[in-house]
Amino acid sequence: MIWNSAADFWAMGGYGLYVWGSMGMTFGLMALEMLWVKQARAQALKQVALEIEAAQTPAKEWHS
Amino acid sequence: MFQKLFFYASPQSFYPLAGRLWPLFALAGTALTAWGMWLGMFVAPTDFQQGEGYRIIFVHVPASWMSMVIYLAMAFWALLGLTFNTRLSGMMCRALAPTGAIFAFLSLWTGALWGKPMWGAWWVWDARLTSELILFFLYLGYIALTSAIDDARRADKAGGILALVGALNVPIIYFSVKWWNTLHQGASVSMTKGSSMAQTMLEAMLIMGMAFWLYAIAMALYRVRSIILVRERHVQWVADLPEVQAMRAHALEAQS
Repeated sequence: MIWNSAADFWAMGGYGLYVWGSMGMTFGLMALEMLWVKQARAQALKQVALEIEAAQTPAKEWHS
Repeated sequence: MFQKLFFYASPQSFYPLAGRLWPLFALAGTALTAWGMWLGMFVAPTDFQQGEGYRIIFVHVPASWMSMVIYLAMAFWALLGLTFNTRLSGMMCRALAPTGAIFAFLSLWTGALWGKPMWGAWWVWDARLTSELILFFLYLGYIALTSAIDDARRADKAGGILALVGALNVPIIYFSVKWWNTLHQGASVSMTKGSSMAQTMLEAMLIMGMAFWLYAIAMALYRVRSIILVRERHVQWVADLPEVQAMRAHALEAQS
């Protein structure tokens, strides 16, 4: 361990803004991307399911 | 071996394979990120010239590497798609582009945050920085071009040509610090000379590089599954998928 205290760690020897600004944007964007791909999959599934449903609905209505 | 390769070149067989593989890559990527960050932020010593500011390297260099590697991977899929006319190639190409764009942006962002304290400028029009900016624009151009063309196969072809031609920029980025007089420092890790860094610093950086690589693969595999679903929606195997069935049942419930 190279840090003397938590404050020491966050200060990054005076470079805190730059170091944490880099880390924050990097891991923040990666987390966002994970959300995006999850949303995209939900949307894709929904679109596909609705289209398949729509293709089969007219037949159903004729029978009822 | 080749038979297996051809087998997985079809979207129908690649979809479940990607579904099994992405969690493994995600898990390994997360573990390596935790390890690399621990080494980089808690174990690696202070740099004698740049103090603690140098620690940006642990995300800057891996992000920059990945921005180039992903573009080369796209060019590879583009070449495969354009020569063999395989459908999966175009889908892989498209699945990779957003992750590549994010890494190119991160390379520029973390570079700016590193440049300011060390060079006194967020940005300079130096060969390394400018060619990386062009790479970022190439990603955006690829995404814009492929989403502007409605016919998926034509979009793949047009995008594939852009990916291939744009790949010329990648060696320009890589060698820019050698070919031109740049403010950006030369390579810290070289294939011929070895490394000029302290052992722990180098280790942390390489582990982060590996972690980002695994992350990118996980993202691409996850994203390609959504692309396959939409593109193959008129084919029976998609309708038969349990997740599609579940979604249909869910939609029916919502209607009634």
